[in-house]
Amino acid sequence: MATTITPGESYGFFTDTSICIGCKACEVACKEWNQLQGDSPQFLADSYDNTGRLDAQNWRHVKFIDNVPEQTANAGDGRAWLMMSDVCKHCKHASCMDVCPTGAIIRTEFDTVFIQQDVCNGCRNCIAACPYSVIAMNQSTGTAHKCTLCYDRLQGGLEPACAKACPTQSIKFGPLAELQQAADVRLAALQAQGISQAQLYGRDEAVYGGLNAFFLLMDKPETYGLPSASNAGLPSRNELGAYLAALVTSVLGVIAGIVAFRRRRES
Amino acid sequence: MIYLAAEHFVRAPQWTWYILFYFFFAGIAAGCYVLATILRFGRDPRDEPATRLGFYISLVATLFCPILLTADLGVSWSRFWHMLVDVTPGDSSLNFKYGSPMSVGVWALLFFGFFVAISALDTWARDRGGRPGGILGAGAGRVFNIAGAILGLFIASYTGVLLSVSNQPVWSDTWALGGLFLASGLSGGAAAITLLVRYRADAAFSLERLRLADAYFAILELALLIAFFATVALAGTADRIVPFFPLWIIVLIGIAASMLGIRRPARIQASGQSAAVATVTLEATVVSIVVLVAVLAMRAAVIFSAQ
Repeated sequence: MATTITPGESYGFFTDTSICIGCKACEVACKEWNQLQGDSPQFLADSYDNTGRLDAQNWRHVKFIDNVPEQTANAGDGRAWLMMSDVCKHCKHASCMDVCPTGAIIRTEFDTVFIQQDVCNGCRNCIAACPYSVIAMNQSTGTAHKCTLCYDRLQGGLEPACAKACPTQSIKFGPLAELQQAADVRLAALQAQGISQAQLYGRDEAVYGGLNAFFLLMDKPETYGLPSASNAGLPSRNELGAYLAALVTSVLGVIAGIVAFRRRRES
Repeated sequence: MIYLAAEHFVRAPQWTWYILFYFFFAGIAAGCYVLATILRFGRDPRDEPATRLGFYISLVATLFCPILLTADLGVSWSRFWHMLVDVTPGDSSLNFKYGSPMSVGVWALLFFGFFVAISALDTWARDRGGRPGGILGAGAGRVFNIAGAILGLFIASYTGVLLSVSNQPVWSDTWALGGLFLASGLSGGAAAITLLVRYRADAAFSLERLRLADAYFAILELALLIAFFATVALAGTADRIVPFFPLWIIVLIGIAASMLGIRRPARIQASGQSAAVATVTLEATVVSIVVLVAVLAMRAAVIFSAQ
């Protein structure tokens, strides 16, 4: 049943990596809708992943994490190959939005994080701040790019292209509250099957206040290149300490200058 | 105690040469302005030539700053003013985000540029001899200089704070960068004035003061450098700074050169005799060049360690 999209409500993705088959339909659909040319083809010799990373041309990226043991005694319980369709997390506490000096990065009426291309001036402060390596520079436009959560499609009442294309419904789109409920049910089902390592990432506020694009993972977050809750710090965590150190240095520096000049006069 | 290594899964912002030299010139400009202000407040008329030299250098160094920052924007260079004005359609306004050091820094640089320009104009008027108290007058001029120096202290330090307020390895693993950049900027300011005394012989009288001040700044810088290394090591990202050890050696040489000012301050009399000036400035010139190279090396080591 199609989702009715209403401005003012929170929307997002729930990506269930346990049923991702690594088909990359999401990558293709994203590129097609957003008219992304993609990077030049590269052979990365790294699993089945030749996309490599999220960047200005890849707003969806299916990660392949090879966990195949040397000698397999069982099917691996879905852990031998970890596949994850990565995307901008649309964080509640968005590091990129906090540091953007131009006001280019905004939260939309759908509670998603969006970079206004006509406002961005390419300072790259958001790239330094994004903890997920999501944002990248488009060299031809000189602006920062990332997933828009298909802002234009949402405005037209359509679900994002990647979720629409996903053949296994690994990528689910919808109102955040509904997605969170679905995630809880799915996690409970997996754990009932004895898959104790399954866990939700970004479902609650532990990571950047909660992620609008959150995940069901089959291993610890670091395995997927995601910071754990203990490592998920906002850039602003350093602000007070750094300014205080600068203030103390200012005072000491001025005193040092005054003392140096006074000593000469006395001598 | 067990420390967990900070894990970073970030992309480097590619702030490279333009930003390196911006950090360098911002530090020198701010350092010179602050030192010139302190010198003027010493109320010794024999320091006035060095004071004026400081304000002139500050102007020249500041002129590079907006050029380098704009060049760093690449093809979007013509949007440099978006830093100051939010051009969001239907929601345009002035842009000031106190939580973004880059936003605060841009405004600070704009106002600092105003203070630097007026101070240089004031200095030029004093040099012309028509207005001994400058265009601002003695009292107002001092207040003006204090305000400019406070902005200068911010300009020299916010660049380090900006790096720390990120999620990059090394940069975000320490609180020391703002103070470190400031101490280094003050040291670099003293070195820049000392270096250019050769072009203004009557300023040589202040060499001793500048060398001693530089030595004190170097002590401050060394303390902050130790804090920087310690915090990064505790965060588990020291391996990122190790490859740049040649640059760190240069930094330490620069600090050591500055510290020589404590043991062997430049002796010079008020006579302003050219022979005496030449002798003293030779050593001071060499030390100043070493210190300035170290100021640049420190910023390069920090910037490139995360990228």
